[in-house]
Amino acid sequence: MPGNRIAKLSLQSMTNINERSVNNLSAIPKEEYLYKCTSACAGCSSSLCLRYVLKAAGPDSVLVVPACCTSVIQGMYPGTAMNVPVYNIAFAAAAACASGMSEAFASLGRETNVIVYAGDGGTVDIGIQALSGAFERGTNFLYICYDNEAYGNTGMQRSGSTPLGARTTTTPGGKPTAKKDLDRIVEAHNPPYMATACSAYPLDLYKKVKKALSIEGAKFIHILAPCPPGWRYPTEKTVEMGKLAVKTAQWILYEREFGKLAISGPSKAAMKKPAPLEDYIKGQGRFKNLSPEIFDAMRQQVEHNIQRLSREEAGVC
Amino acid sequence: MLTIATGNKAVAAAVKAVKPGVIAAYPITPQTEIVEQIADYVTEGDLASRYIPVESEHSAMAACIGASAGGVRTFTATSSHGLLYMHEMVHWAAGARLPIVMANVNRALGPGWNTWAEHTDAFSQRDTGWLQVFVGTVQEAYDATLMAFKIAENERVLLPVMVNLDGFALSHIMQSLETVEIGDFLPPYRLPHAIDTENPCVYGPMTGPADYFRFRWDIERSMRDARGVIADVEREFAERFGRSNGPTEDYRCEDADVVVVAMGTLGKEAEVAVDRLRGEGVKAGSMRLRWFRPFPDLDLAGREVVVIDRDYSFGFGGVVAHSIRSKTGIEPYSVIAGLGGQEVTYDDIADFVRNRHPGEETWFGVSDHV
Repeated sequence: MPGNRIAKLSLQSMTNINERSVNNLSAIPKEEYLYKCTSACAGCSSSLCLRYVLKAAGPDSVLVVPACCTSVIQGMYPGTAMNVPVYNIAFAAAAACASGMSEAFASLGRETNVIVYAGDGGTVDIGIQALSGAFERGTNFLYICYDNEAYGNTGMQRSGSTPLGARTTTTPGGKPTAKKDLDRIVEAHNPPYMATACSAYPLDLYKKVKKALSIEGAKFIHILAPCPPGWRYPTEKTVEMGKLAVKTAQWILYEREFGKLAISGPSKAAMKKPAPLEDYIKGQGRFKNLSPEIFDAMRQQVEHNIQRLSREEAGVC
Repeated sequence: MLTIATGNKAVAAAVKAVKPGVIAAYPITPQTEIVEQIADYVTEGDLASRYIPVESEHSAMAACIGASAGGVRTFTATSSHGLLYMHEMVHWAAGARLPIVMANVNRALGPGWNTWAEHTDAFSQRDTGWLQVFVGTVQEAYDATLMAFKIAENERVLLPVMVNLDGFALSHIMQSLETVEIGDFLPPYRLPHAIDTENPCVYGPMTGPADYFRFRWDIERSMRDARGVIADVEREFAERFGRSNGPTEDYRCEDADVVVVAMGTLGKEAEVAVDRLRGEGVKAGSMRLRWFRPFPDLDLAGREVVVIDRDYSFGFGGVVAHSIRSKTGIEPYSVIAGLGGQEVTYDDIADFVRNRHPGEETWFGVSDHV
């Protein structure tokens, strides 16, 4: 029937419009779930990310937060900067707490999103057992690690996610070992969806959160979240620092849906012709006085990551 | 229905009757039979709970916290090292005011590895804000587990409850068990502060000294109210099902000159010792301490007291002996016995009474009157 066909076409074109429309920031919902006047540091990118995560997730969502910067950012009792339920939980316990909550909602027939929003220490170090357990069990939730590459909340001590050479308060001479490859650990659990993101690309993050929440099972997003006091750069450079991380291919944006890798737009060009790594390093006090050997090792790591992900995307083993 | 069961199976049967929404558990000897039996119930479709086979006890309690706050009844079971591994979350569950019920099969702590009965595991959680009950029989393991949910979920309490049963000495011992149709004994789960996305609240954020202190007092206020709630629930249970135990189970205490205070299976053993002593003309009684938190008021005035501790606080003394001393002002004869599953017979207990030295402490079979 022509009528039906027209209806179908218009539905399709509406879908296309919707898909197109999220390609610009103005299409992101105006509703705020993270209010102004948080307790975040000036230039904090992880709170910026949280704002977009919640816009994508919408009001029928619960945030599970282990000890991390977000424990502070949300504000102090009885005030709060949050407009979704936030369940604060002990450092090592976020993924397990979310498992219980997800199962409780399932048993009640509720479709509320359960989202862990955890820092890198609470994910790659003390929380990794609970994370691994939840992914192995296929818990229906979204685990987001916002990674500022150190224990920021406690004053920038090194975490397993601190990169090689970075100075922290517990690696005053620079970290002698490489950043733990969290994504390959998560990948080993074969999640239906996992992605990387960066605070400097909020639209990319928004779309990835939307997609993750449309899929059943244990989903994972790893966000690089530059941190002015920790990385020692001026607060106004927080977006620039994220862009440099991606443009130098120091941080590669991608998503892996049911095992199939797709490099995200901003990283495609960067992987073909990365900006000089010096551009990323030189603006950060944590990499001050980096030895040439460490710098070479960092450059080799970038090259290795580009090769590995390019081969995987091309289907070459 | 009259049947026979182990202590572990009795706990599992009670859990089946209360139909938790979520059960999260990790196996540990001698608790395993509880989680295996529940897994069977769930797999066979006899119990509609969501069963989360977590990767550790810390995660077991964290999952129970998430589920309980999410709006469903929750249960877990553990023992010994498992309980200690979840210690952080044991505190968290009480602070978050969640009516989680946990069976703890009392077991000694390593090193060396020892899977037999001891109460040190539960006492190490003494100050967490959990209610703790210790049972002495298979029937009581069943009844106490049923009642634990009703007590925990009472709005005047809203604190978690730990049901303690002795490893092997009760967990793996078969006795008769009368199961019941619970009907409306346990109302549907209703948590006043359950997560509600239409009324978004922040749970457990940073809290300053003044508010934090008030929340701590609120836990103690509920702990005090719990005494009355426990009595009410036991009374209702007795009316419906014809059984009750009370905060202590007193045996031939009315005219007793000397009272043996013990917990768990040793408390039942003491009753046989009392009969023996009575036969010899000794006016003995026994008082089995069932509720440890909240600690009950004890009527021991004018009696000599022999306390058996299956635990020890190094550098201080037996935990129960100390509790009796501070609550009653009586200097008991403190016997430390049964650690790591050491065999203690009713004859041994009768000997403790015959050879008592008030104010002194003895490590049974190891060191006398120190």
